[in-house]
Amino acid sequence: MPGAAHPDPAPDVAEVWRWLSEVPDPEIPVISLTDLGIIRDVVWEDDTLVVTVTPTYTGCPATSIINLDIEMALRGHGIGKLRLERQLSPPWTSDWITAEAREKLRAYGIAPPVDGTAADGRLAGRVSRLAGGSNLVIACPRCGSGHTEKISQFGSTPCKASYRCKDCLEPFDYFKCI
Amino acid sequence: MALAETAVDRATFVEWLQRVGDNVLILGHRVSEWCGHSPVLEEDIALANQALDLIGQCQLWLGLAGEIEGKGRSADAIAYLRDAAAFRNVLLVERPNGDFGHTLMRQFLFDAWHIELLRALKGSSDSRVAGIAAKAEKEVAYHLERSADLVIRLGDGTEESRQRMEKALKSLWQYTGEMFMDDALDIAMAGAGIAPLPSSLKPAWDATVSEVLAEATLTHPGEAYQHKGGRKGVHSEHLGYILAEMQFLQRAYPGAIW
Repeated sequence: MPGAAHPDPAPDVAEVWRWLSEVPDPEIPVISLTDLGIIRDVVWEDDTLVVTVTPTYTGCPATSIINLDIEMALRGHGIGKLRLERQLSPPWTSDWITAEAREKLRAYGIAPPVDGTAADGRLAGRVSRLAGGSNLVIACPRCGSGHTEKISQFGSTPCKASYRCKDCLEPFDYFKCI
Repeated sequence: MALAETAVDRATFVEWLQRVGDNVLILGHRVSEWCGHSPVLEEDIALANQALDLIGQCQLWLGLAGEIEGKGRSADAIAYLRDAAAFRNVLLVERPNGDFGHTLMRQFLFDAWHIELLRALKGSSDSRVAGIAAKAEKEVAYHLERSADLVIRLGDGTEESRQRMEKALKSLWQYTGEMFMDDALDIAMAGAGIAPLPSSLKPAWDATVSEVLAEATLTHPGEAYQHKGGRKGVHSEHLGYILAEMQFLQRAYPGAIW
């Protein structure tokens, strides 16, 4: 359909960012793709809209769904010529999750990441403290208690760990810092 | 980027990428075999997630291999349409899972090497390689912390778990040396500044392994005969069984998608 690629005039990128902020994350629908910090760039290249997305984890099965959701949303707003690009560098970090999104996560029952506590794999000198333990205090998203324990470093998705609250006894997910 | 590409020939670069990609592909497949069979639900989920990370990394490495090769092969085509002799993974990752402790010991010995490799690759002269490594390193840091944690807990656990971990270590140790052997291809890649010499990763690996084994009250096996061959396509019989399962669909129904 030459000549009918986009609404006329073409929407500016701020408008596109607003549309993307309404696209929910497929795994955690209370936060959006922009909340998660995975949309890295939105630009017009001549008459093609280019959206750059970075994956959270390399093997995250949601990645292809996310791309599909972006495409569906933008097509729904009348975008005709669209290209999605994958960008690996700099690698995604949970630090990019917005403050607002962290509160949404907590309200949803997922403890938000504690910045600066990503695993670095440097074990030297702390091996004796490694086994079974975690120096992290993760507050229970339900009752707020800091009296919690890690059950497993990998939870229901690669980006989460499993915890349990020793006060209200509920299990919960912790969004890992990475 | 272009500079690094001209520093080694295409075939060398692709061969090296297959070594890196095949390691995580085969180990990822091995770990995924636990799905639905783990001792407890949390470990089942953890193993499946870790397998997912490894397969995700494999897609990036083999995807880059296909791109540099320039013959239109996708990561899937490289993974599913090669025979055993064309695989370049080390023998360690094709070892059978054994029991849960055996699987975690294999994972630990691999993770302790993998993290050092990725750290070195972050400084690669090829920006694509450096980008994948920086991404993967963050995931592998969690893998290593988990496998080291469990090796310690099972090694320094009950008499039964300790015996199983001793047995696993003894059985797997002879497959660790291959990760540190340099050959002409490694020397070419190191010369181009794309990848480190495998032997250069040994001191850091030794330090991590010694410290964790000591904490786990396991006996360090010391110097021992080391098997090799996987990186040149000479594999144990186990790889054939892995491929028979992994490649079945694409072999039986070429081009199948869903």
